[in-house]
Amino acid sequence: MNRKDVANILYTIKDPEIPTLSIVDLGIVTDIQVQKNRVDVVLTPTFSGCPALKVMEEMVEEKLLKQDEIDQVNVNTRFDHQWTSDMISEQGKKDIKKIGLAPPKKSCGGVTWDFIEEVDCPKCGSPQTVLKNPFGPTLCRSIHHCENCLETFEAIKTVH
Amino acid sequence: MSEYIKELLYKMADDQLIIGHRNSEWTGLGPLLEEDIAFSSMAQDKVGQSQHLYQLLHELGASDPDTVAFTRNAKQFHCCQLVELPIGDYSFSIVRHFLFDFAEALRFEALSNSSFQPLAQVARKFKGEIKYHTLHANTWMQQLGNGNEESKAKMQSALNEAWPYALGIFEKGHFENQLIENKVFFGEEALKQQWLDLVSPLIKKAGLKVPHGTKNTKGIGGRVGIHTEYLQPLLNEMTEVYAIDPSADW
Repeated sequence: MNRKDVANILYTIKDPEIPTLSIVDLGIVTDIQVQKNRVDVVLTPTFSGCPALKVMEEMVEEKLLKQDEIDQVNVNTRFDHQWTSDMISEQGKKDIKKIGLAPPKKSCGGVTWDFIEEVDCPKCGSPQTVLKNPFGPTLCRSIHHCENCLETFEAIKTVH
Repeated sequence: MSEYIKELLYKMADDQLIIGHRNSEWTGLGPLLEEDIAFSSMAQDKVGQSQHLYQLLHELGASDPDTVAFTRNAKQFHCCQLVELPIGDYSFSIVRHFLFDFAEALRFEALSNSSFQPLAQVARKFKGEIKYHTLHANTWMQQLGNGNEESKAKMQSALNEAWPYALGIFEKGHFENQLIENKVFFGEEALKQQWLDLVSPLIKKAGLKVPHGTKNTKGIGGRVGIHTEYLQPLLNEMTEVYAIDPSADW
């Protein structure tokens, strides 16, 4: 078992709040170390107060311990790589859209208030949308309204 | 050597925990469903941030985060008095949120370059999250300040009441000079100046008057354990379950 094998196993674990999205595509797995039968995984939180983080730590541990070749797993949450929404892969963005959420736009660090408000509608693709609430049903979501198709939708926040 | 870093971490962690708890008091009571969601989400962010700051303290030798958060009395807290005041009416909560969160945004920005790497790392994380808090605060500040006569009067009155306490955010601790000399933090005085330059134009844009005075008159002492009568009852409520059964888990 090598790092790539472990990454492939982790790829099958989905974000508990976005069931179409792998935690690897989400970008929270920042390090994997394999030493014989022991695996060390480092996760980085998307949001400091995210209640799903603890669940994901447990899912990683449980999944890896089910492998015959692994008998010790350490999952650590650390901040040495700070998560930004730019760490979501292209595949991840597609998977976010699959359940009707708007994926975050590439920010390269320049997240201003205006940038937060500019979200394309995930239903019709129109950029004519307005921010209704910077907070939504989970910490990582904001609520927007599309002036073209009149749909109200949630977006995964752009964070950087 | 870590005493001065601990002082900074304690005041930041305690600020986050207490304002987080106050924010959570709007859960179920917000004037609009969306505001209910907003204050509840901000509570979650703040309490989450406090946990990571208490974790850094733990790594510097303090007890574990739950013990530090739930077993101290008011005199052992280092939060500023602004965060412990009751939620009041909605205008007061919005004004406090505005004054406090802009100070935090600037503090996190400054600390993202701290010489103490573990703090710089979490500050870089927090500064992305707080943009949504300041956006929310400023939206309502502008909307209510520029609303009708009644909303304007309520906002001005809340601002006048909160202002002296907001200046207490920047009360210096015992180790202020060491924090500056060791490039951990550029200091409360510099932060206060940046904050005044940032919030004053926004207050004016909201059609409100910036209250007179930039020196602390009341609202100081929080950083050294002197608190208002409101903190201890808040702690009693916050720790009620923990006090009944410290081993409770859910």
